[in-house]
Amino acid sequence: MSAPMSVSGVVPVNVPEMSLVVLVGISGSGKSTFAARHFRPTQVVSSDFCRGLVADDENDQSATPDAFDVLHYIVGTRLRRGLLTVVDATNVQWEARKKLIELARAHDVLADAIVLDVPEEVAIARNANRPDRDFGPQVIRRQRRDLRRSLGKIGKDGFRRVHVLRGEDADRVVVGYEKAWSDRTELTGPFDIIGDVHGCRSELESLLRRLGWRVTPDGAAHPEGRTAVFVGDLVDRGPDTPGVLRLVMGMVAAGTALCVCGNHEQKLVRALRGHAVRATHGLERSLEQFAAEPAEFRESAREFMDGLMSHYRLDGGRLVVAHAGLKEAYHGRASGRVRAFALYGDTTGETDEYGLPVRYPWANEYRGRAMVVYGHTPIPEPEWVNNTICLDTGVVFGGRLTALRYPEREIVSVPAEKVWYEPVRPLAAPAVVRDPGVLDIGDVDGTRYVETRYGGRVKIAEENSRAALEIMSRFAVDPRWLVYLPPTMAPPQTSTLDGFLEHPAEAFEEFAAAGVARVVCEEKHMGSRAIAVLARTPETAAKRFGVADGSAGVVYTRTGRPFFDDHDRAAGLVDRLREAVRPLWRELDSDWVVLDCELLPWSAKAEGLIREQYASVGAAAAATLPETVAVLERAARRGLDVAAPMEHARLRARNAALFREAYARYCGPVSGLEGVRLAPFQILACEGLPTAVERPHEWHLDLLGRLDADVITPTRHVFVSLDSPEERAAAVAWWSALTEAGGEGMVVKPAQFTPARFTQAQVTSDRPVPRRVQPGIKVRGREYLRIVYGPDYTESLDVLRHRFTGKKRSLALREHALGLEAITRFTEGEPLWRVHEAVFAVLALESEPVDPRL
Amino acid sequence: MLLTISTTSRPATDLGFLLHKHPDRVQEFGQSFGTARVFYPEADEHRCTAALLVEVDPVRLVRSRGRSSPDFSLGQYVNDRPYAASSLLAVALADVFRTARAGRCAARQELADGPIPLEIGLPALPCRGGAELAHRLFGPLGWTVDAAAVPLDERFPEWGDSRYLRVTLRGALRLADALNHLYVLLPVLDDAKHYWMAGDEVDKLVRAGEGWLAAHPERGLITRRYLGRRAALTREAFARLAELGDDLEETLAPPVEEETAGETGGDAVDDSGGEIRTPPLNVLRREAVVAALEEIGARTVIDLGCGSGQLLSALLARPAFTRVTGMDVSAWALAMAGRRLRPDRMPDAKRARLELFQGSLTYTDARLAGHDAAVLMEVVEHVDPPRLPALERVVFGTATPAHVIVTTPNAEYNVKYEFLAREGGPPARRHPDHRFEWTRAEFAEWTAGVCERYGYAVTLRPVGEADPEVGPPTQLAVFTSRGRR
Repeated sequence: MSAPMSVSGVVPVNVPEMSLVVLVGISGSGKSTFAARHFRPTQVVSSDFCRGLVADDENDQSATPDAFDVLHYIVGTRLRRGLLTVVDATNVQWEARKKLIELARAHDVLADAIVLDVPEEVAIARNANRPDRDFGPQVIRRQRRDLRRSLGKIGKDGFRRVHVLRGEDADRVVVGYEKAWSDRTELTGPFDIIGDVHGCRSELESLLRRLGWRVTPDGAAHPEGRTAVFVGDLVDRGPDTPGVLRLVMGMVAAGTALCVCGNHEQKLVRALRGHAVRATHGLERSLEQFAAEPAEFRESAREFMDGLMSHYRLDGGRLVVAHAGLKEAYHGRASGRVRAFALYGDTTGETDEYGLPVRYPWANEYRGRAMVVYGHTPIPEPEWVNNTICLDTGVVFGGRLTALRYPEREIVSVPAEKVWYEPVRPLAAPAVVRDPGVLDIGDVDGTRYVETRYGGRVKIAEENSRAALEIMSRFAVDPRWLVYLPPTMAPPQTSTLDGFLEHPAEAFEEFAAAGVARVVCEEKHMGSRAIAVLARTPETAAKRFGVADGSAGVVYTRTGRPFFDDHDRAAGLVDRLREAVRPLWRELDSDWVVLDCELLPWSAKAEGLIREQYASVGAAAAATLPETVAVLERAARRGLDVAAPMEHARLRARNAALFREAYARYCGPVSGLEGVRLAPFQILACEGLPTAVERPHEWHLDLLGRLDADVITPTRHVFVSLDSPEERAAAVAWWSALTEAGGEGMVVKPAQFTPARFTQAQVTSDRPVPRRVQPGIKVRGREYLRIVYGPDYTESLDVLRHRFTGKKRSLALREHALGLEAITRFTEGEPLWRVHEAVFAVLALESEPVDPRL
Repeated sequence: MLLTISTTSRPATDLGFLLHKHPDRVQEFGQSFGTARVFYPEADEHRCTAALLVEVDPVRLVRSRGRSSPDFSLGQYVNDRPYAASSLLAVALADVFRTARAGRCAARQELADGPIPLEIGLPALPCRGGAELAHRLFGPLGWTVDAAAVPLDERFPEWGDSRYLRVTLRGALRLADALNHLYVLLPVLDDAKHYWMAGDEVDKLVRAGEGWLAAHPERGLITRRYLGRRAALTREAFARLAELGDDLEETLAPPVEEETAGETGGDAVDDSGGEIRTPPLNVLRREAVVAALEEIGARTVIDLGCGSGQLLSALLARPAFTRVTGMDVSAWALAMAGRRLRPDRMPDAKRARLELFQGSLTYTDARLAGHDAAVLMEVVEHVDPPRLPALERVVFGTATPAHVIVTTPNAEYNVKYEFLAREGGPPARRHPDHRFEWTRAEFAEWTAGVCERYGYAVTLRPVGEADPEVGPPTQLAVFTSRGRR
């Protein structure tokens, strides 16, 4: 308990930045006035307000239990979200305060109490002036008795600090905020984060030197001003615990290093304090070594270790370092269990065959944006799991000492000079079964907002997620392969040219109006859209994609489904494609590549659909229309006037024949893999580079055009400078020739497509983003469109011209942004769930109702 | 689409009186989806033919569904409705020949009341079930059926026949009966989705069967096809995604109900064929699962892949199961389960024992934990083999119930099913969505692997009458967590 000292008339009251502030005072003590003066209205939750919420009357005492339910709910929600919260209620009774302290503990935040101790008469006088407070002075007196009783022992309630304001103090208060001990977000690095050292001084020096540090006997500095961060467990087991401490203490004192507490420091401190602890797990070594040190060093080392924090938040909250890791809900929080988690990790409460605690795989469930770097559990190889990494590579057991360079994400290790300590459990044994290939339902379900760097925040409605969940779960390939799904593409504004619904002129016009100088027209192959993910070898597939079943790639549809159910056929196609793209490995300096393609012929995948949907229509038409004409002719011979239906029937018979021609063009004989071809038109990504974003179409088409294999079909294309009427006309002629020969049409894309990267503010804002240029516009041929609009569409062009393309265009932009987001997240090494979130969102948006003919 | 009705009764031109349409005129009737015309290509003493020609305007067809109905499938725009003798023809026929269908004819009532020689021509009759079904449906009504399949596309002979038949029906029947037969049976044969039909129109179709439907040997199939279609919940989002992947919605449809044949009876063309005797396999399987759950003393059970909720229903009927949870990946299946179980009509105490939610077996999910037993009844075989490790991880690795019960077909038994026989090859799988079917040895190997990886013990048992050579039709595994035995 503290009675704030008044200096020059100001009474400072300092509370933790993220905390629960409990006001304590009798009715009429001025709590609400105090709260209103010093805190924002949204930070203050008052019992009167909650009583009003549940009873329409702030003074209805019968509503008090319900009102406090609501109050506790609001306070709990705010604390979970990490917001400073002030409770404005009398809180003169211990039970009331206890509940609030429990709430703070449940959310691992500190609680401060501010007591407004005013004389009874003042309170009674204030209440008398308020007509709504109709309770008599006896209530105030009772509250006052409760308060007096409380004040004696409120210090034992569990508040971090109790601020008591008497008399005029309350009027002179200045509220200050104390940062959490763990909050070092102002430090931006760069950092060298160093794993468990365990008394291996010599290896630590070697590692620091490899990282470019200049090491002296009791300190080290980096010429580029890097900061070292030790993940704890500096001590025990190894040959020179005092030496390690001397070095690290020197660095911390000099400001070149930070260090969090490990469980071994915690135990060593207890031992040095003289507590009875069992000298096992290497503690015995430290104690021996300390015995040879001067008492002065022993004392300063103890103080140093005793003062170590459980974890640090660094670099604006983007980096968290804790000895045994830390789940997101605990970042920046303070409580006994936060410290226990940071020091010992999460355990299942069971022990393994070596008698060691079984660790709970919290990292598998980690979904936070902050990178979490930790140690504690010796592992043979550091491995990223959902943006977390363990750096304990068991140097003291003869493994290595490992550092992570941040933000470079680069791993640097030095080997142990010898086995300094025999491990209880073999180092190679995996501590936990890690399976980063399993996603959580929480990664995809419900209404979601996906933040994309090229399209801002994209909302996914719950009903769309539900449809996508079924398709994804029942049909999609392993999510580790599924790094991209293609977006939908918009058609141009409807053509007014006689006989045409779509024509290149509108596409050119649209891009020209948007300021695009040059476009590329790519032949639109009529097949099935396919994404080919290809790895150089099964080993590279295992390393980069984590799929270790011996496969080296996958080809999937727009819904993420494998192209062929038959495993051998699917693997055969992948092998042919890997052979075909061999020149790309060196060209791209990558062991893997993701290609956007069309798989031909259409019938290879869609034969069922063609037969059921298209050929059936054709068959019904061919069976009915000639018969109709014959019946009408007989009626005409009888002298009946059937001229109009006759003409119509003949026209429809011709259209039906054209319709049958249209789909038949895209059907070809396929047996096994014979006849299956792939037409790649974009390299979506390779190692380290989301080429879909970073390279112009010219680069893609040129590189892909050089592939020479039977399985590859080239994508014909022409570039058009939009300011040249001749080039435009030539492209229209090219399109006409293409479509008259039975081609589906073409896709027009800005030649230098580099999507504008959104700022962080734009990404997280709900405000509409500026109009964007379509990444591509498809211009489909007149005959092809019969498949889409029906055999007789050419007879109702006037009606069909009233088509609404706005929604399709908006969807195309959003899906495009999500697709680029997915592939960029993947190339940047983000966790699987982050990639999957964006991929899933594309599929979800595709279930949005929009005119399917567009 | 076209329908011709001919008679050779003398004078044949009396057909005009019976149909209330003059043989020398061409008459037009507006329909919500287009135009119907009646005219007579022949009309003399000996033979008279009326033609009903319906021109469907595909644009109007879509619009007739109402402005608010969303787009969901190209099938709305590119379909056989303008050509085939489908429910639309039935609707037009009912409208144009309303009086004739009622059997009223002031001018020739006697003729209307008695049988006359009739010939009905349908150049493209969509028929799921082929010519054989057309015979079965029209034959018992007194028609001689001449039906020939229309090839799908003569340029692609390997595609075989289309679902259309060129049909001629001949017989001596009352004209009103003939019209009602067509009115009811055209949509039954077609068995297509009634995108364009309001529910009450379907009701009218059912009513038109009064008088003859009750005695029809195929009444089960006829009513089931109606009710099944009428009850269909829209799966529009699903349909959109199916189309996106160049797949057919029908082939991707979730296996909500397997082997319904044994329960409903009367549909001889359905899948589960002759070998199954009463009680049907799905009932045996459900009973075996319930028995296993009772044996292990499970109080709280989650049915992973609950489909339409048959097992849930059985569990809810037994108060010993204090909490019954159903999960399915298909929103459609869950809607079906909701219809079956009617939680909104349950007493509170029963309602409180039931929970239904959408989830997936390839995503970890906290809601799957905390149940005494999880049931995967005929579920694993619907998961692609490369995704099985994810399923194992989700169920055995993270949900970790004390017990897991798994049933799956025994592939060896398939040789006993005639309907699965394929010429010159091994038998087909039991459901088109089955990604694999295991032999007993394969199932045993998988279960042993799961036990090894996730710390369970397993016992295997047969379901259904076991054959000495090929074993039982269904295999069942009871897993028990080693930590909790």
